[in-house]
Amino acid sequence: MSTNSSTTNVLTVRNLYGRIQGQQVVEDVSFNVLDTGVTALLGRNGVGKTSTIKSILGLIDRSGEVTLGGRRIDRLPTHKVVQLGVGYVPEDREVFGKLTVAENLKLAERSAHPNRALVEELFPDLVQRQAQLAGTLSGGQQQMVSLARALLNQNRLLLVDEPTKGLSPKIVGEVAQALLAAAKTVPILLVEQNLQVIRQLADRVVVLSGGRVVFTGEASELLDDPERIQRYLGVHSGSERSSAGQTDATVPA
Amino acid sequence: MSTIVLLLITGLGLGALYFLVASGLSLIYGLMGVLNFAHGSFLTIGAFIGWEVARRLSDGSWWALAAAMLTGAVVGALVAAATEFFLIRRLYNRHIEQVLVTVGLALASVALFEGIWGTDPTYVTSPSWLGQTTEILGARIPNNRFMLIVVAVLVLVAIVLFLKFTRYGLIIRAGVENRLMVTALGIDVRRAFTLVFAIGGAAAGLGGVLASIYYGYVSAHIGGSLLIFAFIVTVIGGLGSLAGAAIASVLVAVLQQFANFYLGGTGDLAVVLALAAVLLLRPRGLLGAKV
Repeated sequence: MSTNSSTTNVLTVRNLYGRIQGQQVVEDVSFNVLDTGVTALLGRNGVGKTSTIKSILGLIDRSGEVTLGGRRIDRLPTHKVVQLGVGYVPEDREVFGKLTVAENLKLAERSAHPNRALVEELFPDLVQRQAQLAGTLSGGQQQMVSLARALLNQNRLLLVDEPTKGLSPKIVGEVAQALLAAAKTVPILLVEQNLQVIRQLADRVVVLSGGRVVFTGEASELLDDPERIQRYLGVHSGSERSSAGQTDATVPA
Repeated sequence: MSTIVLLLITGLGLGALYFLVASGLSLIYGLMGVLNFAHGSFLTIGAFIGWEVARRLSDGSWWALAAAMLTGAVVGALVAAATEFFLIRRLYNRHIEQVLVTVGLALASVALFEGIWGTDPTYVTSPSWLGQTTEILGARIPNNRFMLIVVAVLVLVAIVLFLKFTRYGLIIRAGVENRLMVTALGIDVRRAFTLVFAIGGAAAGLGGVLASIYYGYVSAHIGGSLLIFAFIVTVIGGLGSLAGAAIASVLVAVLQQFANFYLGGTGDLAVVLALAAVLLLRPRGLLGAKV
């Protein structure tokens, strides 16, 4: 495993445990996220990637040490963690279906000067759909809303959970492009199953297995090693199809 | 024809009362998943304190009535907010404990009210016009029914405007859909919880003063008896749906009035049968979210 200098870590996670209804779903997880680029949190289905993200945010019961920019956040309630500058794009988007697109975005604004220009540049389609109920949008459009909610604010870190799940190849490309653009200004901790998206976005990887970290390092160390990919992610070399049966989409370079 | 008009309008008046109680119940359940059995106590204390103020100011005048309504709403809001802050907040996601605490509070408050105001009903004096009738299509309608309807409509409009056009309204609407995601956007949803309790308590406290005009008296049990029908209205309308609560309030009250008149006083039975039918055929209620 490689370790990163603590001076450039935006997020450090030490001995993190997470529980859902008393059941251990994250076990002694430790890793760092650098303050630039994209760190991908990888692993087979069910290893605890989403639970790790939720533990960091305090959305599930957790113990251990989590620091954001050197400040302990593991005892703060979720809303205070987010207010410190952690943007969250959840698995399955979780837009508010009975609110309009404009209301979804308005709700997410944490300051008087949200970054609407960036959102309008990245997702022009949403501008046309301001008055539409978010529940009537396509899956791809809902993902745009979910990403836009996080990008509206000045964040120190983005936690992005499976942003391409269930999307068409074309939309996967658009989402990847948006994340690439976002990563220029804010570090991202990305949970993703699509290896082509990971290849395009990730600078570093953290691999979970059985709720624990089993590998951390540069993305190329894992992605250029078919044996490791097979062992850690259950993906057959060459096919790049995950154990969950998800097909990878072609992502524009 | 005059009988039907009379039953319809008196039913609307009773429905207005049901709505004032059910609106808060529905919002509280929708946002927090709390079945608040103490909601009737907010109504009763609002009614008692409201009429205490009115009695000391000037019995039977319009401005005393206005003061009673304002006081009832404020007292209901304060008691409800305090209930949320000191009792319910520690019990979110612990539904059995919530039921025990709110049922216990309801029982204890009735005993407290009887200790303070006695077990006999306290008869209230309201402006004389409210005790008179107005003829519509041959039916002589008690004037207080018109006031009930107008106040309930104003409360409904105020709540809708609040939910639609304010930041907290937006938070409450989003929280009814997905409370955790609201928190994950950096919003302290607990403030919205307290606010919703306060809004529900204000509507109930106001409803308490109006209920005492409708019945002609205040008693320690006035909130509990209305709460039963408010729960039925909330379930039929769809838990968490304000519009559903408004529609169900009218349907239940009008059904009750017609059954009482045409079916030999079986209004309460008709309401319970309607509840059973809704639970069997459409468990999520008229406008409730799909389970």
